[in-house]
Amino acid sequence: MAATDPMLSGGADFRTRLQNWLPKIVLAPSFAVMVLFVYGFIAFTVYLSFTGSRMLPSFDLVGFQNYERLFRVRQWDTAIINLGIFAGLYIVISTIIGLFLAIFLDMKIRGEGLLRPIFLYPMALSFIVTGTAWKWILDPAIGLEVTVQRWGWESFQFDWIKDSDMAIYTIVIAAVWQSSGFVMAMFLAGLRGIDNEILKAAQMDGASNFQMYRRIILPQLRPAFLSAFVILSHLAIKSYDLVVAMTDGGPGTSTWLPALFMYEYTFTRNQMGIGAASAVIMLMTIAAIMVPYLYAELREKN
Amino acid sequence: MSIASNDTVIRSSKVTRVFLYLVLVLFALFYLMPLFIMAVNSLKPLDEITSGGMLSLPRNWTIEPWLSAWSTAQIGVSPTGLRPYFINSIAMAVPAVAISTIAGALNGYVLTKWHFRGATWVFGLLLFSCFIPFQIVLIPMARVLGLLNISGTTYGLILVHVVYGIGFSTLYFRNYYAAFPTELVRAAQIDGAGFFQIFWRIMLPSSGPIIAVCCIWQFTNIWNDFLFGASFASGGAAPMTVALNNLVNSSTGVREYNVHFAGAIMAAAPTLLVYIVAGRYFVRGLMAGSVKG
Repeated sequence: MAATDPMLSGGADFRTRLQNWLPKIVLAPSFAVMVLFVYGFIAFTVYLSFTGSRMLPSFDLVGFQNYERLFRVRQWDTAIINLGIFAGLYIVISTIIGLFLAIFLDMKIRGEGLLRPIFLYPMALSFIVTGTAWKWILDPAIGLEVTVQRWGWESFQFDWIKDSDMAIYTIVIAAVWQSSGFVMAMFLAGLRGIDNEILKAAQMDGASNFQMYRRIILPQLRPAFLSAFVILSHLAIKSYDLVVAMTDGGPGTSTWLPALFMYEYTFTRNQMGIGAASAVIMLMTIAAIMVPYLYAELREKN
Repeated sequence: MSIASNDTVIRSSKVTRVFLYLVLVLFALFYLMPLFIMAVNSLKPLDEITSGGMLSLPRNWTIEPWLSAWSTAQIGVSPTGLRPYFINSIAMAVPAVAISTIAGALNGYVLTKWHFRGATWVFGLLLFSCFIPFQIVLIPMARVLGLLNISGTTYGLILVHVVYGIGFSTLYFRNYYAAFPTELVRAAQIDGAGFFQIFWRIMLPSSGPIIAVCCIWQFTNIWNDFLFGASFASGGAAPMTVALNNLVNSSTGVREYNVHFAGAIMAAAPTLLVYIVAGRYFVRGLMAGSVKG
């Protein structure tokens, strides 16, 4: 609008024309960088996923071979099942804890100003730091197990992190610790946005606390639920650092997630084609969640 | 996060309130525990840790683990401690934050105040780029850094973080400037102010809060990044997160837990400090980064 104001673009001298082009010139580098480094790179990786690339990229097309092989590799099965377990539990538990902490904090709690930052600080830490801390807390040799045993409960056992069937659940514990405070903040913002007058009216009509939560408050928190789901699932699918720091995929390959699979196959096992194929699947999974959400958000605003 | 009112309509009995406080305090302890464990164990001699008692205070206080983690611990092949990697992370984060914030401010200004055809598309593409799994760009990025001859260097990481930081910084400034009165921009334009004059004299002076939010968000993200650091700079140019992981996971011989804990706190210190000093902005950044606008 502003740039094509007839009053200003009337004089066609160089300075004016430059002024009219300036906004686009300023945006151009970012746009170019994005087209090349994001969408160009995505296209390149998609292309690689159809080639026989191994240690180095090669350009001989092999059709869907990499995808067929990917779905036959046992580690990919492990990674997908683990992602299911991890993402499911991580999202559900973080949401429940976040929701209840927010509801509790919203009840005129003294010391809210002290509690809130305590719940939230893990989000400021890197997954590597979180992983390092939880790795040793859950390590049976020095951590929780031996501590509880020294308190007198001698038969206490908690060695999940060394148990290939249970190790994935230790990742869930650390991840929930990291993110549930953030979910709390989102719900708290949602709760504070609810109009108290409606609640007061419902109360006058004799609604119980439970009814008010079920019929008024929770339905109004729907956007917060949706945002929490989108962000947590996005974080879960990308999860890499936490697993590397805590178990490095072990014991064996029992805590592999797709992100770890991609890295291992591409950079240490010289199966770049399969690695690229797994990255494409990750992208498609995230896109299936993010694109409709972003589209709805953008449309709502315009 | 703006909190409208601290009022609540929900009434609760005394028993309920005791229960509420109990749960909240228990969770506070749960969240604080790892930090407490890292702190006390980083100040103990090793034998106090290996003999159990992770939660107890040190009997012999020592700062030896801190000194070791900082300057003598074995990281990868050389006993340099974490210091050079801490410096790497700063040398990487400061320019990357500065450049991506400036780019974001200019982009946000253009996208909100200088409408042109396709602006929504440009923004949509930028927005989606924030949420791609970075695994999809790792292979081509490695090639490009190799071609530019900056793979394995801090410059390479700066480039990577600027490139993938622009999406978020643009998102922040666009949402912020969208609420900025366009009439002011128009009026200045009629008075003959140019593109940069308007940006410099009108937009920037009122952008303090969003600059803070954007810098904090970018700094936290870039400082905490591991994937790019591990992929593109694993040698002497490695950032702090990668060095910490090397210290903890590939140490041969005796596992010096106390040194690892000290190192973990060092890696966490800058972002924790930012959180303590500017928590309000940090939270706002988190919430805005969670798509909302």
